[in-house]
This record gives sequence, structure tokens and C-alpha cells, in this order.
Amino acid sequence: MGKSVNKFFGFISRYRRHRFAGPLMLLSGLLFAGIGYTVAHAATEEVQVVLSSDKASLISEGKEIFARGCSSCHGLNAEGAGAAPSLIGVGAASVDFQVATGRMPMADMSQQAMRKDPVYDERETAALAAYVASLAPGPAAVTNEELFWERDGNTAEGGELFRTNCAMCHNLAGQGGALTQGKYAPTVMGVEPKHIYEAMVTGPQAMPVFANSVLTHEEKLSIIKWIKFVETEPSQGGAALGRVGPVTEGAVGFILGLGILIGIAVWLTTKAR
Amino acid sequence: MSARERVAGGTASFIDERTGAAKWMKKTLTKVFPDHWSFMLGEIVMYSFVILLLSGTFLTFWFDPSMREVEYEGSYEPLNGIKMSAAYASALHISFDVRGGLLMRQIHHWAALIFMAAMVVHMMRVFFTGAFRKPRELNWIIGVALLTLGIVEGFLGYSLPDDLLSGTGIRIAEAIIQAIPVVGSYLSYFIFGGAFPGEMFIQRIYAVHILLIPGIMLALITAHLMLVWYQKHTQYPGPGRTEKNVVGYPLMPVYMAKAGGFFFIVFGVTAFLGAVAQINPIWIYGPYNPGQIGAGSQPDWYMGWLDGLVRAAPPIETHAFGITISWNILIPGLIIPGIIFTLMAFYPFIEQWMTGDKREHHVLDRPRNNPNRTAIGAMSLTFTLVSLINGGNDLLATHFDLSINQIMWFSRIGLIVLPPIAFVITKRICLSLQRADREKVLHGRETGRLVMLPHGEFIEVHEPLSPEKAYVLTAHEQLPALEIGEADENGVANPQGFKGKLRARMSKASQEQISKPTPKEMLELEDGHH
Amino acid sequence: MSETNRELEPLSDPGLPEHVHRKTDVDPLAAKKAERQVSILFTLSALGTILFVYAYVWIPEDTLIFLPLFNVTNAHQLFLGLGLAMALFFIGMGAVHWAKTLMPDHEVVDYRKEQRSKDEDRAAFVATVKDGAAQAGLGRRPLIKRSLGLALGLVGISPILLLRDLGPLPENDLNETNWKAGTRLVTDPGDRPIRPSDLEVGGVAQVQPEFPAGKVRHLDDIAQDSVLLIRIRPEEFNLDAERLSWTYEGIIAFSKICSHMGCAVALYEQTTKHLLCPCHQSTFDVTRAAKVIFGPAARPLPQLAITVDNEGYLVAKAPFNEAVGPSFWGRDSQ
Repeated sequence: MGKSVNKFFGFISRYRRHRFAGPLMLLSGLLFAGIGYTVAHAATEEVQVVLSSDKASLISEGKEIFARGCSSCHGLNAEGAGAAPSLIGVGAASVDFQVATGRMPMADMSQQAMRKDPVYDERETAALAAYVASLAPGPAAVTNEELFWERDGNTAEGGELFRTNCAMCHNLAGQGGALTQGKYAPTVMGVEPKHIYEAMVTGPQAMPVFANSVLTHEEKLSIIKWIKFVETEPSQGGAALGRVGPVTEGAVGFILGLGILIGIAVWLTTKAR
Repeated sequence: MSARERVAGGTASFIDERTGAAKWMKKTLTKVFPDHWSFMLGEIVMYSFVILLLSGTFLTFWFDPSMREVEYEGSYEPLNGIKMSAAYASALHISFDVRGGLLMRQIHHWAALIFMAAMVVHMMRVFFTGAFRKPRELNWIIGVALLTLGIVEGFLGYSLPDDLLSGTGIRIAEAIIQAIPVVGSYLSYFIFGGAFPGEMFIQRIYAVHILLIPGIMLALITAHLMLVWYQKHTQYPGPGRTEKNVVGYPLMPVYMAKAGGFFFIVFGVTAFLGAVAQINPIWIYGPYNPGQIGAGSQPDWYMGWLDGLVRAAPPIETHAFGITISWNILIPGLIIPGIIFTLMAFYPFIEQWMTGDKREHHVLDRPRNNPNRTAIGAMSLTFTLVSLINGGNDLLATHFDLSINQIMWFSRIGLIVLPPIAFVITKRICLSLQRADREKVLHGRETGRLVMLPHGEFIEVHEPLSPEKAYVLTAHEQLPALEIGEADENGVANPQGFKGKLRARMSKASQEQISKPTPKEMLELEDGHH
Repeated sequence: MSETNRELEPLSDPGLPEHVHRKTDVDPLAAKKAERQVSILFTLSALGTILFVYAYVWIPEDTLIFLPLFNVTNAHQLFLGLGLAMALFFIGMGAVHWAKTLMPDHEVVDYRKEQRSKDEDRAAFVATVKDGAAQAGLGRRPLIKRSLGLALGLVGISPILLLRDLGPLPENDLNETNWKAGTRLVTDPGDRPIRPSDLEVGGVAQVQPEFPAGKVRHLDDIAQDSVLLIRIRPEEFNLDAERLSWTYEGIIAFSKICSHMGCAVALYEQTTKHLLCPCHQSTFDVTRAAKVIFGPAARPLPQLAITVDNEGYLVAKAPFNEAVGPSFWGRDSQ
């Protein structure tokens, strides 16, 4: 078995610079994705039936999904390779955040992992999380129901914490902002509470880790509560103009304000017929 | 005589017997104002100023210009119990607990944006039509002073609520003050009453914002209007319009109704914006704290170009003999704006020096007929626009999938390369337009109708211009370039040295024109076959 | 254009075009219609005021409504504003429409005179000034002239001196922070001391110096003391021996106040180990002691030397060895 694998990789490394290698890889990638999707879809339906599988089977199922969908970048044993980091010790929280928000698997390696429709469903995500968590201990995934942010959080305190710890990247109104070299911090509007929590605990992509020892569990709940408040807050003064501050305000002042007035001035100074 | 007429007559007589105003009022009420939409821009500025005075006064009734620390207990729940300055708390109070307070705050801020926008567009109109020429140079300088004051006034105004966004702006202003050679840190300590941010600056900038600067602006606006009044308004070229007359509507009643009505229109549009478009939602930003910051922190647009310049500056500081000179702050923050505003203020005299034209002008230039000036204007606008874009580079990056590093490099190179390109292109466009004008006068307007002649040739029918239109296209004068720098009568080459050479070149550049049709050419056409 | 080259002009001035009558001038029906339009505009304004009063009195301040484009917005504020806007806008529109359609629209010609006064007036003016100066005798009495110059030159000193008490002198203030050897690092906000183990690799913490009980932290303190703690793998540091000794198990501390213009630099990218300032985009490399790699900042962020105390909490090893925040004239280090 090992020998044949070696042979396989030998083949790959010999021909990887072949001029057809690129298109071929793309084709096979698409093919695999298609097959993977179909298989996964079928698997889901199966899983729906076999609900009562225990933890061990969840892990083995996760291992399978991992081998199919993740190992090409993260390595067969999640040890990481090149730009794809090792997943040993990142914990279930990280997997849940990355996979359930659709960031992983990435669509395009050249850019930042973006939020999109998730590829795997809840069950598969849980299986992947269980598998990665089984490799080494790490932060556990949470559910929305476990986070009593409405009860334990404090909006005002959350705002204060958000402004100190989060606003520099995610903007004062949580609209997101630019980082270096085309990277960006995404908006925090419309994100599930558990994903906000998991992002703080695990530090996905460029985001640093905010461990519970530095930013306590209750403080995280407060931040979530504040974000949820801002998300549903009516815009008190009319159209919110994207809540991105003076740039759009200036544009509106020029185009709408001065524009209308100049239009009226033109009417005012033309002779009536 | 109706009762109403009797009352009017009685009032007029009462006033005249005490002031002798009748003679002056008679002249004033029949004062003539030419009508053109671009002449309303200055009115928009003036009316916005009045709106700012009115709405600003309303805001002062509740605003507490104090940095005393208070704990917020108002109706905006997510800030309850947060420690903040009394200024911020009172701004929240105005927004949430005074009926119409938020509306007035928004009207005040929108009026400020429109005030500055209209002022800039008004100045562009004055510049591109040459309305600043003799005898109006003083009014141009007053205008530049008003622009400068307006920028400072606006900056101080949006700093007053003491929210996190505006506090960041104050922090940057403090860094610019601190960077001034020799006295910088002293100035900063005096202005802020100690270390930044201290506990004094809100009440100090409040006094400056509501009293000092508006007072000076009011005086300057009065002088500005008196000069417009006294010198009579400029007018666009046209039939019957000369340097010796002014054609338009009398103040009473037409112009008074139009201008008075326009005030209400400007106020109405500003109130509309205040109603439908949220501006500066300080409650989301939170109170100022120097340890906090938001991504995408930008100033209002009229400061944005300055911020863009600061962003684009090269990282240069000089350290020697125990002192530090921050070129990265001084050059974009003080030196370049200083040069720009000085050149702008003196431009009327610079142009006089270039063209040698020191006569009075009351008929405006069509921008194409002064290609050099128009190109200089386009060049300056390009510079400002590139720096303004760089001032919003982080927002552009996130909204258009770009990288701040790319935009920054684009701006750094663009600030140097694009303005000269804009100059050349604008000048060429102006000359092409002049050529088109010349063709139109000589051969008429292209109608787009094709006609087949009996022998099969297709020609496009040209329709001669009406005498009025043709006159507009030829009414401008074309001065010859100054003759300096040539050998004088004693054979001494270039008696004025470098200055003379420079002036000759400038003059040549500024008089580059497509010569308009000569009377001879016109006659030949009339006699000819066409 | 000047009179001299008039004969060189291709076309002579055709003069003011003939006045064209408006419909309202010749057609009484049209005039009546315009009158009605004007009064409709004024009536709209009155309706606006009624809307304004209604909104002020009867729409409660916390009424929310959903409108497309606006999402959920405050009805009180919206209708108050719309009422005011209508009330003002339509007065203006009515007045302008009135002026345009019903007031006389004959263009009038007024004549200009040169701004320059007549030569004899100018001469008389100059003579008056000269005469006045001569009568005052300033030229003949140099003693008065000089002492007046002295007095006028000095009188400006008093208002400037009066401004002296605006604030204290900076002294050595800008070079000092509240960080001393042994000061504990506490979280901001929260004021909890931190152990190295609290911070994971890839983690950050916003910290302030611990204040003795009873001492209040003012904004001035935060503006100088704010520090960002970052933990990376120790082998990723690219520091000289001294700077490396200022770190503790991969934890490195920098002043959060930008060395450019004093904004809070806290955009830390875990992947690239870069710190970005959101104000002017200066980028600092954490692994190389916050060396500037992009943007207008000219100096690295000051690094705070840290270690642990005998209880295992992170403390400052020494105060900052340079001034934090933006540069100033008397700043005495690279």
C-alpha cells in the first residue's frame, strides 16, 4: 500500500509541471467536487436515518470527509502543508466556525477565505469537528443555545469591549474594514452568536486569538449582545448610508444635496415660456 | 390709493425722514442682477451659512461643552452606565431626548457639508470663468480666507460631540500641532491645557466654533457681498452684454422673490436630507477613548484630501542633535496645504503677471477661451481628487476588492504624475473646442442631414449660426503674448534675466489660442461660393 | 473687449435680443393657471407645517416604521423632518414660480463705471493724506515717531502673555508614562493581571499599567500608557539579543499609540504578524520589533520590556526607553 502511494506521489511530482497539469488538476478538482457533493448529499440522507451514531463513528465519519474534502491542502493527517495550516490542536470550535460559515473549504487559494454558503451540512460539520478535536485537545465548539448572551451579557459593557478589542478591524459599527495587502476584516452583522464566539476563541485567518483568560466568557457574551443590538438597531436618523461614516455622507451631500440645489438653480434661472 | 399703499408709503416716509435712505434705496431696489444658474452657487453658500447659524443656535441650548466625566443615564440603552464626557452625553441627549433635536443635529451637519461643497463649486465657477480678475481680486482673497475658515470651522464642529471618531480626528490634529518645529509641544500643551486629551479642549473649541470663527466669517461674508454689490455682478458674454453694462433683472421684485424663495428651497432640501439620511450617528461610535479606534476612520470630505496626503506621505523623519523633525507630518499637513492656499490666494496676481493684462474685466471668459487657466484648474482639481481618493483608501479597498497598499501606491505616484497629465489633456481639449467654435462660426452648425448633389456627391448640410450665437463664439478677445526676454534696443540680450525668461514663457503658454475668425475670413465667406 | 480693436472683431454686437412674451403675459387663462399653481405650492407648504406639528405632538418619539430603502427607521424624526422640509421647500418653490411666471421678466440694462476714481479725486485724496501727515508732524518729530513705534511694537506682548496660562509647559511629560519597573500589566477594560499562560500563541491582549488602589485612570493616562500584548512562537522573532530579552516566552509588548500620529495601532494580523494603523495605514512587523514596512510612520512602535514577577504575573521590566506617540521637536531618540 505504502509503496503504491509513493509511486503515485512520484508520478505527481514528475508531471506536476507538465503543461496540461494545471487544466487537468482543475478538471479533476471540479470532478471531485461534483462527486464529493453528490456522495456527501447521499451520505446526508443516510445520516438522517442513522441519527443515533456514537462519538466514535462520528469521528470516523469525519475522518472520511476530511480525507475527501480537506486533506488535499491540510495533509492526510491534518498536519498542514504550505499555506494550509496544521489543524492539530485547533479544536472543534475552529472547524465549526470555518466550515459552518462556508469559509472552508476555500474556493480560491489566492484570496482570503470568504463567508459563503456552507459546503457541508450540520451533521458533516459536526463529524469533521469531532475528528479534528480527536487529534489533539483544543477549544470546543459551542451551540447558540449554550450561549446565554441575552441573559448574561451586558450591552453597554459589550460596546466598550467591542470598541477596545474589535472595532479597530471590524469598524465602530461592525461593518468590517481593510487590512493589509487586500485582506479585510469581514462585517460582524448577521453572524450567528456561536460563530462570533468561536472566532474570538480560535482566531480564524488573520484574526488574533482572544482567549477566555484575557477576554472572559461573560465579556464575550456581552460583545455578542452588543453586536446583536447594533444589528437590529433601527437607523434613528433615516437611511443609514451603509454606516461607514463620512465618505458616503460626503458623497450624498455632494450628489444629493448640492445636486438637487443646482438642478433647482437651473430651473430658477431659465426664462419661463 | 388703497389702504395698503398708504401704509407702505407711510413706512417709507417714516424711514426716509430719519435716515435719508430713499435715494440709496431707490438705487438699490432697482439694482440689476444677471441671471445664470452658476451665479446661484454663492447664494447656496450664504443660505447654508444662515441655516448653520439657526440650527447651531438651537443646538447650543442643550449642548454642554464640558469634558467633565459623567455616567450616561439617558434613553439610549446600550450606553447606559458608560463613563463619558458631559459633551458627548449632552449630544446624546439632544439626539434622543429632545424632540426635533436629532433632526436639527442632522440639518446642522448636512448644511455644513453642503456649505463646503457649494463653496468649492462656487470657487470653481469663479476660477474657470475668470471672475476673479481685476477689480475682483480682493473678493477672491476673501473667498480663499472663507474657504480656509470653513474647513477649520467644520473640523471643530464635528469634533465637539467628543465621540470616538471625532476624537481620533482631534488626536491627529494634535499630532500635527506637536510636529511644528521648536514650539510644537508647547503649543499643544497650551491648546489642550496639558497632556492630550486633557480636560479643556471641548470648551475651548466650542468658543472658537460658535463665536470666534463664525464672527469672522460673518464679517468676511458681509464684505464679500458689499463688494459684489458695489462692483456689480459679472456676466457671461452675449449679445448686448459689454464690459460697460450689466444685463439682468431688477432686485425688486423679481430677483428678491427668486433669491428669497431660493433661501427656503435650500433650507427645505437641507431639512429633507436631515429627515431621510442619517449623518454622523455618534451613538454607535461611542465616547472618545485614546486607547480605542475604529477601522475606516475618516474625516468629513473637506478634510479628506488632507488626510489622504498624510497617508501618502513618505516615512521621513530627521533626528539630529537631540531634536526630531517629522517631515512625514509637516510636508502633507502644513507645507503643502500652505503652498496650495497661498498660490490660490495670489492666483489673480500671478495671472496678471503672466498675461500683463491689468484692465478691468466684467464679462466672463468661457473656460475654453483661456486654455491655460482652465488647465491649471484641472491640474489642481486632479491633485485634490487623488488625495481625496487616498483619504478613503480603506473603504475603497473593502468595497471594490482592492488592497490599501495598491491604492496607496497609485496615489503616491498619481499625485505627482496625474496633475501634469490633466493639465496637458485639458489644454488640448480647450484648444479643440476653440477650433470647433471657429468652424461653427465660419461654416455653420453640422445638421447631420446628408444631401446628394445632382452629380452624386454627398454633402452634409451646414446651417449658419444665428448672429447672437455666432457673436457669443467670437466675443472673447485674444491677447498677444508678452514680448520679453528678447534683446532690448541696446542689443543687451534678455534685460530681465531669468525672471523675464520665465515670464515670457508663461505668457506664451497662457496666450496659446486657436485664432478666431478674422473679419477678412468672414467677408471672404460671405462673398464666396458657399 | 477694449474699444481699440473693435474693428478687428469678426462680428459686431447684435445687441440685446428682442423681448419674447411669456404665455402668462399674453394669455389671461395661462396667467390664472400660474396663479393657481403658485397658490397650490404655498398650500403644500402649509400642509407641511401641519405634518410637522402632528409629528411633534402626536407621533411618539420611539415609533418605528419599516420603509423600503430605509429599513426600520424612527417615524417621529422622519415625519418631523419631512414636514419641516415641505413647509420650507414649497414656500420657496411658490415664490420662485410666482417670480418666473407672473412678475415682469424684462431684462434691464444698468451701466457700470470704472472702479478707479477720477484723477482729480485721487490727487485730492493723496493731498489730504499728505496734508494730514504734515499737520500731525510725525516726520518732524522723530522722538514721537520712535517712541510710538516702540509702544505699538510692545503692546502686542500683553495679549500673547495673557494666553500663557492656557496650559502648563510640557517639561518632560511627553517622555514619561505610568510604566515603571515592576508595574503589572492589567487587561483593558477589566483591570485583571495577566499570566503568560493566559495568552495563547496567536493571541493578543489590550493592557494598561496597574494603578495603585484609589488612583483613577484618566484619558490622558490611556493616551500614553496603552500597550498591546502579542504572543507568537518565540522562534519566529527576528530580534537582536537585547530586544529578545524584552520579550517573555514569545510574548512581546508594544505601545499601542502610533509613532506617526497617535492613533491606536491594534489591527494585528495573526497570519502575517503585521500591525496596521487604521488611520494612515502604517504597517509594522511584530517579529522585527515593529519595524515600519509600509505607510507614513517613520519609527517603530516603542517596545516595552516585560517579564514576570514572583507571583507569575506579567510586569514591565523597565519603563519605556523612549517617548511614546507622535514625534515632537525635543524628542531625543531615533
